[in-house]
Amino acid sequence: MRMTVRTSLIAIGLSVAAAAQTFLAPSALAQKALPDPTAPTVEETAQGKTMNIQEVTSPGGIKAWLVESHANPLISIRFAFFGGASQDAPGKDGQAYFVTSMMDEGAGDLDAAAFQERADSLAMRLEFDASRDVMLGSLQTLTENKDEVFELARLVMTEPRFDEGAMTRVKAQILAGLKYDENDPATVASLAWDSVAFEGHPYGRPIKGTHESVAAMTTDDLRDYVRRVYARDKLVVSVVGDITPEELGKALDTLFGGLPEKSDLREVAEAKPPLGPSRKVINMNVPQSFAQFGFRGIARHDDDFIPAYILNYIIGGGGFSSRLMEEVREKRGLAYSVTSNLFPYRHGSVFVGNVATKNEALSQSLQVIRDELENVAEYGLTPDQLKAAKSYLTGAYALRFESSSSIANQLLWVQIEDLGIDYVAKRNALIEAVTLDDVRRVAGRLLTPDQLITTIVGQPVEEPVTAGAPARLPTPQNRLR
Amino acid sequence: MFKHWIAASRFRAGLVITLVSLTMPVAAIAAEARKAPAPAASTEQPAKERPAKKAFEFILENGLDLVVIPDHRAPVVTQMVWYKVGAADEPPGVSGIAHFLEHLMFKGTEKLPGSQFSKIVALKGGDDNAFTNQDVTAYFQRVAKDRLASVMEMEADRMVNLRLSETDVKTERDVILEERRSRVDNDPASLLQEQMMAALYRNHPYGIPVIGWEHEMRQLDREDALSFYRRFYAPENAILIVAGDVEPDDVLALAEETFGKIPRHGKTIERERPAEPKHDASVTVTLEDPRAGRTTVQRFYITPSYASAKPGEAEALDLLGRVMAHGTTGRIYKHLVMEEKAAASAGGWYSDSGLDSGRIGFYAIAGEKNTPEQMEAAIDAVVEDVRDNGVTQKELDRARTGLLAEHVYSSDSISRLARQYGWRLAAGMSVEDVEDWPNRLKAVTVDDVRKVARDYLVDENSVTGILEPAPEHTSRVEEKPAPAGKDKS
Repeated sequence: MRMTVRTSLIAIGLSVAAAAQTFLAPSALAQKALPDPTAPTVEETAQGKTMNIQEVTSPGGIKAWLVESHANPLISIRFAFFGGASQDAPGKDGQAYFVTSMMDEGAGDLDAAAFQERADSLAMRLEFDASRDVMLGSLQTLTENKDEVFELARLVMTEPRFDEGAMTRVKAQILAGLKYDENDPATVASLAWDSVAFEGHPYGRPIKGTHESVAAMTTDDLRDYVRRVYARDKLVVSVVGDITPEELGKALDTLFGGLPEKSDLREVAEAKPPLGPSRKVINMNVPQSFAQFGFRGIARHDDDFIPAYILNYIIGGGGFSSRLMEEVREKRGLAYSVTSNLFPYRHGSVFVGNVATKNEALSQSLQVIRDELENVAEYGLTPDQLKAAKSYLTGAYALRFESSSSIANQLLWVQIEDLGIDYVAKRNALIEAVTLDDVRRVAGRLLTPDQLITTIVGQPVEEPVTAGAPARLPTPQNRLR
Repeated sequence: MFKHWIAASRFRAGLVITLVSLTMPVAAIAAEARKAPAPAASTEQPAKERPAKKAFEFILENGLDLVVIPDHRAPVVTQMVWYKVGAADEPPGVSGIAHFLEHLMFKGTEKLPGSQFSKIVALKGGDDNAFTNQDVTAYFQRVAKDRLASVMEMEADRMVNLRLSETDVKTERDVILEERRSRVDNDPASLLQEQMMAALYRNHPYGIPVIGWEHEMRQLDREDALSFYRRFYAPENAILIVAGDVEPDDVLALAEETFGKIPRHGKTIERERPAEPKHDASVTVTLEDPRAGRTTVQRFYITPSYASAKPGEAEALDLLGRVMAHGTTGRIYKHLVMEEKAAASAGGWYSDSGLDSGRIGFYAIAGEKNTPEQMEAAIDAVVEDVRDNGVTQKELDRARTGLLAEHVYSSDSISRLARQYGWRLAAGMSVEDVEDWPNRLKAVTVDDVRKVARDYLVDENSVTGILEPAPEHTSRVEEKPAPAGKDKS
C-alpha cells in the first residue's frame, strides 16, 4: 500500500472575536496557508497560529494524525486501543490494569532488568494506562534515539514476556497499592459510587481489581487480554514533533505492524445508572468526610452534550469561577475543594462531583450543593453567566496546545471520541453557538438533584432525616476488606 | 523533586503536589521542579560550548528581577511572580501564615474589590493559581498572549494594594483548615512525614510544616497576614517570569508600565533563619495507625541543595540520587525489590530546591511478609555500599544521559520552563548558572559522586520513619435513606 498524507489546517483561535472570524471561513484559511510539506507547520496568521494536522497512512495501512514540529529534538506519540478495563473478563477485575503494569517488565529476548536498563539508557519514555474504555499508551523519544526506541517499543507491543518472576513482583505492588487505596477516603468513595451507579455493568467494577481478583491473576490471563485488545482495527495514534510523514509511516509499521489485524472484543452493554436518591455511608476514622455525588449524564454524541459541558463548567468544572466553589468555599469556608465533572463514557455518561468537609459540617456542604443544583435546574443561567463561560472555554482552548505531548493528547482524544479531524477548528464555534434556551433546556434534562446518588466516607454527623422521604435503597455492597 | 507534604497549594489542581499511589503511596512528587532547564540541543553539544541563550533578564529600577523566555510555538504566555519568601521566614507562633497570605492574595484590592482575581483571569480565557513552600511563594497565570498586559496589571496591583476584610479572613481560615485535613490529617503517611521533618530539623524552621500546625492556624488573623505581607511583598523581593509567545523588549515595556511604577520597599528584607546545630544522633519516628495500608519505611538525609552547595556538589548529589533511586533501575529498587525481595516497592528522590539545605530520601513499602527491620536493614546495606564503594562509570553515564534527556523533555512545555527558571532564580542562582547546568552536570566524575555519598549520607543527619498499620482496621458501610428534598416531597 502506498503511503498517503492528508492535511487539515486548523487555527487555534484566541480571542472570542478572532475565533469566530477564523472559524467562519476555515477553508479560506486553509487555502491561504496551504502546505508546502517542507515548510514549518506552525506559522503565524492574523488570527494567531495555525496548526497543520496531517493524516498519515503508513505503507502497511496504519493511520495516525501528525503535527510536525521541528523546534525541539523530540517526538511525542500517543495511542489507544479501544477496550480498556471494560474488557476485563468476568471475575478478572484488574486484568487490563495488570497488563499495563507489566509493559516494562521485559520483551523479546530482554528480561525485565535488561529491558529497563536499555530503555533507561535510550531515555525512552513509555507509559501505559487503563481507562474504562481504552488502553492508553504514551511514547516519547529524543530524535537522536528514535530508531532504537521504536524498535524497543515494537518488542513491547508484539513480544511482551510476562515472566513469572516479574508477574509475582508486579502483583505484590498492585496489592500494596490496593491496600493503600482502601484507606484513602477519596478512592473508597469513588469506588463505592461506581458500584452503585453502574451496578451489574463493567463500569461498576474497580479498574485496579480487588485483592482476590489480582491475587488470582495468571500470565494466561494477561496474554488473553493482549490477544483480544491489542489489534490494528481498534488502534488510534497521534504524533507531534520532530518527524516527517515519511519517517512516521515507517515508524508506524515498526511499532504496530506486527499486531493482529482484528481484535476480539466482548460486547459491552449500555449502562443506565439508577435514579436516586440514595446515600451510602462508609465509616472510616478520619476527621474529614469525603463525599461523591452525581447522576446520569449526557453522551458525547448527544446533541445536548456541548450545552451540558458548559453547564458543568459553570456548576463545578470551572475552578475558582464555579458556582459550587463560590457557595461552598468562598462564601462559607466549608471545603478546600469542590468540583464536578461530566464523564461521557462510551456506554454510559455520568455527572459526578465531590467535596471534602470536616465531619461536623459535611451535611451542610451537601445541602448547599443540592440547593445550587436545584437553583440552576429551576432557573437556568443569566446571559452574563453564559457569556463568561463561553469566554473562558473558547479562550482557554489554546492553552491545551502548549507542548508536544499536550497537543498529542488532545488529538488522541478527538480520535477516541470520533469527532473528526476538523474538530479542533470547529470546537470554539460549537461553544459559541449555544444559546440561553439550550442551556435552560439541558439543565432541566441533566440536573436532577432529587435523584442524587451520594457516597460518603468518614464519620459525618448526620442531620435528622425528614419524615416521608421516598427512600430508595441500593443493594448493600462493600468493596472494603 | 520531592516535597514531602511541605508544599501547600491554593487548590488541589495546583501543580506542586501529586500523589503517586501505586508504587509510591508515601511519596509526593513535584515533577515540574525537577531540574533547571537547558536548551533543547544541549545533549548534542560539545561539553565546553555555551548553550544558546534562552532567557533574557532585566532588573527594573525598583529592583524587580524580570526574566523573559521567548517560545513562539503556541500563541500563549505564562506569567509567574515569585516572591522570595516562604514558610521558613514566618515569625514564631504563626506557622502557616505564608501559605494563608497566599490564599488571601485572591481576596481583592482597592481597584478590584472582592474575590474577583481568578474570575477575571477566567473571563480572559486564562487559568491561574499559586503555591507556597518553605522558601518561595509563587503566583501564576496562563493566558493568550494578547491578555498579558491586563494580567500583568492585576498582578502588579496586588503586590502592594491588598485589602482584606475580617469576614474574608475568617472564612478563608476555615478553608485552610479543611486543606490541612485533606492533605495531612486524613492521611497517615502525611502525618508521619510531618513528624519526620520536625525530628530531622531540630532548630531550622524546615521542621515546621508549610501548611502550619493546626493550633496555630486556628489563631491566624488579618493583622498576622498583613504584617507578613508588608514585610516581604515588594518589587525588590520578587522575580517576574514571562514565558511564551512574546518578545523581551515588549515585555520589558509592559513591566515598566505596571510593576515598574511600584516604589521600592526601602527597608532591608531580612530572611534570618535559625541554623541547624551539629547532630549527635540519628532519630527514628514510628507511627501506628489503623489507616496505614502496608508497613512503610522512609529515610531522609539532610544534604546541600543547589542553593547551599559548594560548587559541583549539588550536581553530584543529583546524579547520586538518580543512580540510587531512579525508577526500577536505581540501586534501591534493584536491591530491595528484585534481589532481596525485602519490599514490594522501593525508591527515592533528591529534593534540591531549598534555600538552606536539601534532602535525599529513600522509601520501601512492604510486601505481605516483609518486616520494617528487614526493609531498614536493606536500605542501610545499599547506603553503606555506595558510601564505601561509590558508583560505577556506567551507572554515572546512564544517570547523566537520563537527567539531560529529562531536561529536553521538560523544556518542551512553556509553563514548565518558567517554573524551572523560577525555582532556581528564587534560590539565588543566576540565569547564566541555570543555562550552564548541563555543562556542570557533564563535568561530574565518579569520585565526585563517591565524595558526596560519603560526606552526606551520614547517619546522624538522618531520620527514619516507620508507618505501621494498627491491627483493628475495620470499615463498615451503613445504608441510609437520603434526606427528603426540602421542596420536592
